[in-house]
Amino acid sequence: MRRSPYQAMAAILTMFLTLLLAGLFFLASTASYFVLQYFEGKPQITVYFQDKTGQESIQKLENELTATGKTASIKYISKDDALTIYREQNKNDPLLLEMVTADILPASLEVSATAPNFLSDLEPVIKNADGVEEVVYQRDVVETLIAWTNAIRWVGGSLAGLLAVDSILIVMTIIGMKIAIKKQEVEILNLVGASPWYIRAPFLLEGGLYGLFGAGIAMIIIAGLTLWLYPLLLAFLGVIPVIGGVLGAPSSTAFLLSAFGFFGGLAMTGFLLGSVGSMVAVGRYLKF
Amino acid sequence: MISFDRVSKFYGETHALSDVSVTIQDGEFVFLIGPSGAGKTTFLKLLTREALPTKGDIVLDDLKINTLSSSGIHLLRRRVGVVFQDFKLLTDRTVFENVALALEIIGKNDQEIAHDVDNVLELVGLEGKKNLFPQQLSAGELQRTSIARTIVGGPKVLLADEPTGNLDPETSWEILDILQEINTIGTTIIMATHNAGIVNDLKKRTITLEHGAVVSDEARGRYHIHKKARRMRKL
Repeated sequence: MRRSPYQAMAAILTMFLTLLLAGLFFLASTASYFVLQYFEGKPQITVYFQDKTGQESIQKLENELTATGKTASIKYISKDDALTIYREQNKNDPLLLEMVTADILPASLEVSATAPNFLSDLEPVIKNADGVEEVVYQRDVVETLIAWTNAIRWVGGSLAGLLAVDSILIVMTIIGMKIAIKKQEVEILNLVGASPWYIRAPFLLEGGLYGLFGAGIAMIIIAGLTLWLYPLLLAFLGVIPVIGGVLGAPSSTAFLLSAFGFFGGLAMTGFLLGSVGSMVAVGRYLKF
Repeated sequence: MISFDRVSKFYGETHALSDVSVTIQDGEFVFLIGPSGAGKTTFLKLLTREALPTKGDIVLDDLKINTLSSSGIHLLRRRVGVVFQDFKLLTDRTVFENVALALEIIGKNDQEIAHDVDNVLELVGLEGKKNLFPQQLSAGELQRTSIARTIVGGPKVLLADEPTGNLDPETSWEILDILQEINTIGTTIIMATHNAGIVNDLKKRTITLEHGAVVSDEARGRYHIHKKARRMRKL
């Protein structure tokens, strides 16, 4: 590296870009997975009732839905329950709390089907029920999230994959050049009885080191970005229990393990990418 | 013991060696002579597995060289060292580092390397020049460094491919003295040469190759100048 700094720099920069992009997309993909899981865990249909709707009508609908055998759970939220939930959600805003009483909040049924495809069977039952004011389907939100998650995975995966191939080709070319430059040394080592692995090892290690250095720079950038965007991330994603639990407690074991796992994985990926590039070059140019 | 049993080596239509059968005992000093293209270098390359014979068997003690797997070639080359006419030294390393290379590859520690390299540099008369780089040495000193690197690992056989080809007569004799000294401690030496003076003065076993075939194998051989070359010299 010392003797050919520009070649080394080219390899390290390419590795850095690949790992930065792969790391960021990995984080985005993981976050979107947990967001999706959070919304999937929520009731799939929420049925809001008109104020005048009596307890009997609500019970009747609950019975009809249960009779289909396609519901996983049905939870009744009374006006008082709704007020408790509202107060919990807005406990930091006294102004909002003052203005709301149990009377103005609707009672509701939170319904989950045993399988998503049963939702279409439950819809007509709800539509035909008396006293229903509004029906909110979680499915729409989930479908949008699935589309986003898939898009992130596809775009990120494809870009990272292309850059990974590019990194391997660049390391391969640079190591190939180094082997050509050290042709005489390789020939002499061969003649004095050096084992094939004694000759190959420095070239293999060099590729791996390019990957490690690239990963190191990517780690610094990602850590810096996370610190910079920390308040924003916490505000947006903190409500998701898994993310909030990890991100909200930077000194917790969960946070440290996640950070260690992520950065360790990034370093390992870098080392592997570099080693693969070297291995291809060594296999091609150092045949004994 | 080295044995060539009906060995032939063809490069396409060119017959570098044809049906060569030779036996060389442990500790012998053998000159390999003949005109350029006679097959001397091919003979040496077959012994280090730089080339494979087209036909025949080559054996070193219990080791059949022509059937040796590629993973065992480096072990053969630790037993059969080679000295070249062009020295093949690394220009960015000192005399000490060039010689130490042969010990580093077999995993010796720094202390052993320092001890063995100092000993061998004393043997070849380079004890005062171990920190010099190749470009600071004369041709004779370069060849001594090359010999030191070859013998420091203690090979059983030393092959010298025209080691005096680039040297003046006086330096050539110095190199020959070193090779004879190495031979007295039991190392088999096979030296390919065009130097008639050395062959005729030392009167060692001499194998003459012509067109890839052994034309003479004499216990106290002489360098027979080819008729055509003699005619040229008269002219």
